[in-house]
Amino acid sequence: MGVAGVIFDVLLALALTWLAWQATRAADLFHAVVSFIVFGLLMALAWVRLEAPDIALAEAAIGAGATGALLLSALDRLASRERRRRLLYEPGAAWGFWIPAGGALLGALTLAAWKLPAPGLGNEVRAALGVSGVEHPVTAVLLNFRALDTLLEIGVLLLAAITIWSLGRAPSPLIPAMPSPALPALGRLLFPVFVLVAAYLLWRGSHAPGGAFPAGAVLGAGAILMLLAGARPWIRSSERGPWRWILSLGLVMLLAAGIAGTLAGQAFFEYPPGTAGPLILLLEVAAGLSIALLLFALYLRGEPCEHGYRGKGR
Amino acid sequence: MTAAQWIGGLLVLAGIPFLLLGTLGLLRFPDVYPRLHALAKSDNVGLGLVCIGLGVQSGSLTLLLKLVLIWVLMLIASATAAGLIARTALARGLRPWGT
Repeated sequence: MGVAGVIFDVLLALALTWLAWQATRAADLFHAVVSFIVFGLLMALAWVRLEAPDIALAEAAIGAGATGALLLSALDRLASRERRRRLLYEPGAAWGFWIPAGGALLGALTLAAWKLPAPGLGNEVRAALGVSGVEHPVTAVLLNFRALDTLLEIGVLLLAAITIWSLGRAPSPLIPAMPSPALPALGRLLFPVFVLVAAYLLWRGSHAPGGAFPAGAVLGAGAILMLLAGARPWIRSSERGPWRWILSLGLVMLLAAGIAGTLAGQAFFEYPPGTAGPLILLLEVAAGLSIALLLFALYLRGEPCEHGYRGKGR
Repeated sequence: MTAAQWIGGLLVLAGIPFLLLGTLGLLRFPDVYPRLHALAKSDNVGLGLVCIGLGVQSGSLTLLLKLVLIWVLMLIASATAAGLIARTALARGLRPWGT
């Protein structure tokens, strides 16, 4: 890495620190949210610099994209007087407590990172890659060696969606009045591209950075764009009720794959020999669809009414 | 260095001033409308030159086409976003500077 690389990394680190400060301390909440979105994008860049493109994809799609959309729509529901934040603590307390506490945490994290076993588990993963069913080590870890973690992650997403839906009805109307005729046209034009990119990322996951999480996030973002462009969410309407099952499809399939191994007398999440490849593809498709619909469900900000955002009846 | 790398490098270098001027316009223009004007025009030309330059430099047609696709998507997205921002600003009664 040359001098230019070091300068770039230092600038990136400084920008990230400054944006984190802005996101947490800006008095204007809109300013804070925009800082958070830009922080997510620069964080994705930092992951690229750390040669972790899988995390970069997930960070850009979920951290900056989906979370940014959620925060902006949450901001839209606040009355304008609530948009200016009251400081949660006295400015003086920063010097007395928060800065020493933050410094101590940073020190502990640095020490922990320093003490990590040096080459890590990379060699073990690479050695077992041949029997994992896929060629990309990250996918092998996520859906074979540590599939339990993925199961729990999707479980957390499902729990979050259920909690939000159980808190109340989705606001009606779901979106503000249409500011421009260009948006529906854009949604119609771009949604096929979203589907194409999601399928591409899913397929790529077996041999290169990609997989269920980025694919699901891209598809979910496409669905949110369609919603903003005025499409009617049918996720809850009675005639399409069964589609709601896609929300839990990923969790159900992963759980079934894990338990099937146990019932067949093997370990939990031990796939039968020779079936790992197709099985992982199946699980990825199920998880990707679930993640897309779950992110969309989170964005609805509540249980959608029977006939979409129009409220009572047609 | 091959001819493709030279041409690609020159295209990227040609794109940088557009991006710089677009950013300068965003920072220095008086209100939202000329700022959008600076961003939606200058940045898109800059991004296009950088994308095509990187694609030519890579020497792979697939990569070039993917980068051009990214540029086209950015063109559509930035045109729509600029229109949305300008319409919202007008609807909220922001008068253009100097009128």
